Amino acid sequence: MSLLEIRNLHVTVGENEILKGIDLTVNAGEVHSIMGPNGSGKSTLAQVLARRDAYHVTEGSILFEGKDLLEMKPEEAACEGLFLAFQYPVEIPGIGNTYFLRSALNAQRKHRGLDEMDAMDFLPLFREKLKLLEMDDKLMNRSLNEGFSGGEKKRNEILQMAVLEPKLAILDETDSGLDIDALRIVAAGVNSLRSPERAMVVVTHYQRLLNYIVPDFVHVLVDGRIVRSGGKDLALELEEKGYGWTEHDTRQPVGARA
Amino acid sequence: MRETAVATVEQLESWLETFTEFAKNAAGQKLPWLRQLREDAFARFCETGFPTTRDEDWRFTNVAAIARTAFRPASPAKLTDLASWRIEGVAAQLVFVNGRFAREWSQIDGLPKGVTVASLRERIEQRPAEVEEHLGRYADTQRDPFCALNTAFIGDGAYVHVARGVVLDAPIYLLYLSTQEDGPTVTHPRNLIVAEDQSQVAVIEDYASVGGESVVFSNAVTELIAGESTVAQHYLIEREHLKAFNVQTLRIQQGRSANVASHSVLLGGGLVRNNVHPVLAGEGGECLINGLFMGTGRQHLDNYMHVEHAAPHCGSRQFYNGILDGHAHGVFHGRIVVHKAAQKTDAKQTNRNLLLSDDAQIDTKPQLEIYADDVKCTHGATIGQIEENALFYLQSRGISELEARKLLLMAFAEECVDRMHSTVAREHVARLVSQHLLFTEGIMSKGGTGRELERIVEEVG
Repeated sequence: MSLLEIRNLHVTVGENEILKGIDLTVNAGEVHSIMGPNGSGKSTLAQVLARRDAYHVTEGSILFEGKDLLEMKPEEAACEGLFLAFQYPVEIPGIGNTYFLRSALNAQRKHRGLDEMDAMDFLPLFREKLKLLEMDDKLMNRSLNEGFSGGEKKRNEILQMAVLEPKLAILDETDSGLDIDALRIVAAGVNSLRSPERAMVVVTHYQRLLNYIVPDFVHVLVDGRIVRSGGKDLALELEEKGYGWTEHDTRQPVGARA
Repeated sequence: MRETAVATVEQLESWLETFTEFAKNAAGQKLPWLRQLREDAFARFCETGFPTTRDEDWRFTNVAAIARTAFRPASPAKLTDLASWRIEGVAAQLVFVNGRFAREWSQIDGLPKGVTVASLRERIEQRPAEVEEHLGRYADTQRDPFCALNTAFIGDGAYVHVARGVVLDAPIYLLYLSTQEDGPTVTHPRNLIVAEDQSQVAVIEDYASVGGESVVFSNAVTELIAGESTVAQHYLIEREHLKAFNVQTLRIQQGRSANVASHSVLLGGGLVRNNVHPVLAGEGGECLINGLFMGTGRQHLDNYMHVEHAAPHCGSRQFYNGILDGHAHGVFHGRIVVHKAAQKTDAKQTNRNLLLSDDAQIDTKPQLEIYADDVKCTHGATIGQIEENALFYLQSRGISELEARKLLLMAFAEECVDRMHSTVAREHVARLVSQHLLFTEGIMSKGGTGRELERIVEEVG
């Protein structure tokens, strides 16, 4: 059984159809990259997977480990092992980073029938992950993402992912707005989490991140449809030729021009 | 004169009868100044009657339900166990049951030298001169009929005196309990807090109900006098049941360089009016006016601020956060008066509100009256809902929607809780707010309970 199976997914927002029949299969251990120009529906796909209710699924299905993902609330999907690293992490004044993360971990542990972790048990785990992301623990005493720089917010997303250890992680433009040092740290964090049990879907506009997080598969999303799928070389080709190439020549088999 | 009065005051006969009866046995009635104070105040109340919504100060709050009810004075009651009402870490605890000082449940031993905590009734009888110096000098019976009514019925309450230079770290806890009775009852708690120059004190007033619900009206007035360079904190907690009327007036008189904070937390009560009236009468004074109100069902929670800057170089900061659900109605009326002499005043006012339902309502009104020319006054108000982005973010990490809502509301409430200096008071309030959120959540998830609440409040109002 695949970890994630998307079949003929159609999604509308208001009057507009954003996704127009997506098919995608992700197996445990795989890293998929979804690339595409702005407005192609990449973030919509990520948000639908995380069960944001602003999006209306008109057709198709999504199975997560064989279970109907579309029947799940966001918190249920999270507890089942799905994680979305946000493109724009939300600042929430008044809720401490550490407290928030422990609450989230305990909600998930409870769902899985595990004992909740008290502050003493949680701290060593938390410290270890902080070190991995090269984050200052002073940040963690502050409110959730409040006053964080763009890079700090993205690192905090990966930190949360490292603590929550999801089965499927969706990274929504995690590279945008990062300088090269921050990009390396984030990528190292992500790579450390690669394992045969875990899959990742890396949504990105640029190929740059894929130099550090090397995908097994690359899919090109244009105007709500996956127009090409291939190996990691497809990303390089896209970088070279631009998205216009795929839009005008969608029926050409991958590698035909090589 | 009597005839005009009859025209304005509903239930006047009932009030007259009660007052006549009260005056026979009232504490210190032999003292001419006190008798006069009571009689003048009662006469003033008869002249004005209860306010109506035509009165600008009462535009958003209709007290007709109070005006048309015939209240009798609350009866003495014996309670069997108050252990669960104690809070740890306080310097002293005074308990009042149905307006009367309950010595058996109070703890006033072991206070440091220079600190006096007593029942006002006893103090009037034992040391009248001390009381006379301050009692009734500041509370405005002319302008405020509820204050006049309270002053007419000055009977019991707390008396706190802190001598010059004495610093009391732990707060003094005043607990006012009302019990279930047959028919509507009223109490008029009256507190006098005098903190002499360079002293430090914190007082918590906590209003709550025990047993079943009957219509009760707590009409309380506190006069807080803070001397030169004195640091004083006042905490008000209202958590009575939904059949309760509660009208509170805190009148603060601040001396030179005094630093005073008023913290109000309104959780309970069906109809609540919270008046906070600091007068910054000496140069260099600072006043923090901080509050949180959380209403549901058909609760009406009115906060009326009247900050008077009467001396130069004073600062005042008002922060009130409101959370309203169901059909609750909140009011924030922030009046700032800067007198001609009060140059270099720095006054700030912020009111933030979350409305959780379509039927919840907030009226927020700044009112600045500035007679000096070199001052800084700012005000701001916001009204919003729980932010969907924040909610989704928390849920996407596995936290349930209900828990996520609770976390966000708690964070909003904690902006106010975090401004409380006293750890004992802050923790007590945080606990109550957290419990209250659980209670509110119960209402939201069980439709029947919500309707039940509305029914109860409608019967009252």
